[in-house]
Amino acid sequence: MNVVESFRIALRALGANKVRSALTMLGVIIGVAAVILLVAIGSGVQDEITGSIEGLGSNLVFVFAGNFEDGGGPGGGITIRRQFTLEDADLVQRRLDDRHAVVPIVQGPATLRVGNRTMRTTIAAGNEFSDTVFTSEYESGRGYRRSEVVAASRVVVIGSSVRDRLFPNQDPLGRTLNVSGQRFTVIGHVVAQGGSLTGDQDNQIYMPVTTAQRLLGSTDISSIVVKADTADEVDAVKHQVESILRPGFGDEFTVLTQDQTLGLFQAILGTLTFMLAGIAGISLLVGGIGIMNIMLVSVSERTREIGIRKAVGARTHDIMSQFVIEAVSLSVVGGVVGIALGAAGAAVLQQWVPTEVTVWAVGLAFTFSAAVGIFFGVYPAYKASRLDPIEALRYE
Amino acid sequence: MLEARSVSKCYHLGEVDVHALREVDLSICEGQMLSIMGPSGSGKSTLMHLIGLLDRPTSGSVVVEGEEVSRMTPNELAAVRNRRIGFVFQSFNLLSRTTALANVELPLVYAGVSGSERTRRARAALERVGLADRLGHLPNQLSGGQQQRVAIARALVTDPSIVLADEPTGNLDSSSGVEVMNILQELNEHGITVVIVTHDDDVARHSERIVHIRDGRIVRDEAVTARILAAEVERPATTGSDEPGGVGL
Repeated sequence: MNVVESFRIALRALGANKVRSALTMLGVIIGVAAVILLVAIGSGVQDEITGSIEGLGSNLVFVFAGNFEDGGGPGGGITIRRQFTLEDADLVQRRLDDRHAVVPIVQGPATLRVGNRTMRTTIAAGNEFSDTVFTSEYESGRGYRRSEVVAASRVVVIGSSVRDRLFPNQDPLGRTLNVSGQRFTVIGHVVAQGGSLTGDQDNQIYMPVTTAQRLLGSTDISSIVVKADTADEVDAVKHQVESILRPGFGDEFTVLTQDQTLGLFQAILGTLTFMLAGIAGISLLVGGIGIMNIMLVSVSERTREIGIRKAVGARTHDIMSQFVIEAVSLSVVGGVVGIALGAAGAAVLQQWVPTEVTVWAVGLAFTFSAAVGIFFGVYPAYKASRLDPIEALRYE
Repeated sequence: MLEARSVSKCYHLGEVDVHALREVDLSICEGQMLSIMGPSGSGKSTLMHLIGLLDRPTSGSVVVEGEEVSRMTPNELAAVRNRRIGFVFQSFNLLSRTTALANVELPLVYAGVSGSERTRRARAALERVGLADRLGHLPNQLSGGQQQRVAIARALVTDPSIVLADEPTGNLDSSSGVEVMNILQELNEHGITVVIVTHDDDVARHSERIVHIRDGRIVRDEAVTARILAAEVERPATTGSDEPGGVGL
């Protein structure tokens, strides 16, 4: 008996119990769809973050307080003994070649108010080099100048979401904006960049670092970003920054190049994606147990059929392959439907979360669902194939 | 052509050994029509299972057409059953939700016969039992007599040398029973060995030889003197053989 024949018999048997077959498949469908969807979200987020880091330009070197490489304390956190201040950034600027731009970064929360409209947002503050380093583009107006950084002027550049919320259909330039209780003048308006998981850049405001420190009441800075003049110099700049800061900080700081930052994020997100796939895989396993359950029921229900088939000449492997193919058909059809459903779900979710249906996720889900069918189908099929024809024929 | 040499079959039921057959010798010649008769529990079904190669004896040997089969593996037995033996059961044993044609094709599926050839032979077998117009019917759309004729067509389709019938008329009304016996006698006239297992003396007397079995032993082996010919019984009773026969009075 050939495989085509086995398939016809199996499909006819599945068709005879449509509701039951569909419900059994549902277990696999949900499992596979979950794998596809969660992995799609994981990969999508990973791509998005990679893209936004790469979008910053490839010549950047990030300097953070605290030692990331030790992996931190027992909780896995990183203890930061001492934060950077503006003096540290100045030190780096003075000791490095002038061709490289150094930007001290301060980040913090703020409440914005214009008239009776308020919103919460994040401040991202830097110096006069911010525009070159982060390649900002202005819809209108300009960025803050060196004189404004020195004087800690209360000037502010707003993202496009902030503009839409606080100055709907108005020109924000020159308008007064209340930032956490202080009056600021809007001098610029950044081009909309779209949502990003690293922080919505359209929902931020930008101001001189000195102004931000006063507003937040702190002399600390969050990090220092250095833009090397050329890509070839990135590693040299990294080592120079390390030797500049070592006398003051010892090992309690971390210098990461763009590639390292990317690698760090990718490692974290990759682990996350695998975890999501694993969780989804468990539901696929449960679906497989459902197949085994229904196949065992099917075998005992069809004992008499097995007896008849054996009496007219079916051999052990004929019966075995019939039932294995039945189980595999359930899981493979379920797998295909699950992949379609997962991909459709990923397309719908695209509106809110970046998703990407990867070939490896589809391949993995399909292979795994087929394997589940074989694995959970073999035992019931073996049971069926070993039935004694006389016993089976007597079965009522 | 079929020989059982001092075959015994012993079942273990808990701690009790049940001797279903005790050293039975039986030889069936080619082209013979034979009945095995006995009350229930006599071992007649066990004997049929052994000569039908559905089971293997505890001791002794079974020889089919010169081939010793009692030491064969279950798969080898399945192949011999498929080629040489056709079964007709009391309860028909057709696959439900499967058309008459597909039911008859079943043994050919396992014989590895290709699709079109299979359909052609199954159709021919169904024509032979007078069911040419019932090919696409499901078992539950057929009368008992028609179902049993489908079962006979299934037994015939591989051109076996032996047809084994276990109480073939047991679930049928008398006129359907006569039809079935008529078909079996026709098959026998065409050279097929027919073995009927029954407890009904009337059924047994359709064959040319009756083997009486009791408590696992053959107690009498007789030639039938006044043989019943179903064709003669049938003629005055019913004219159309396609009448549903399941509603006996």
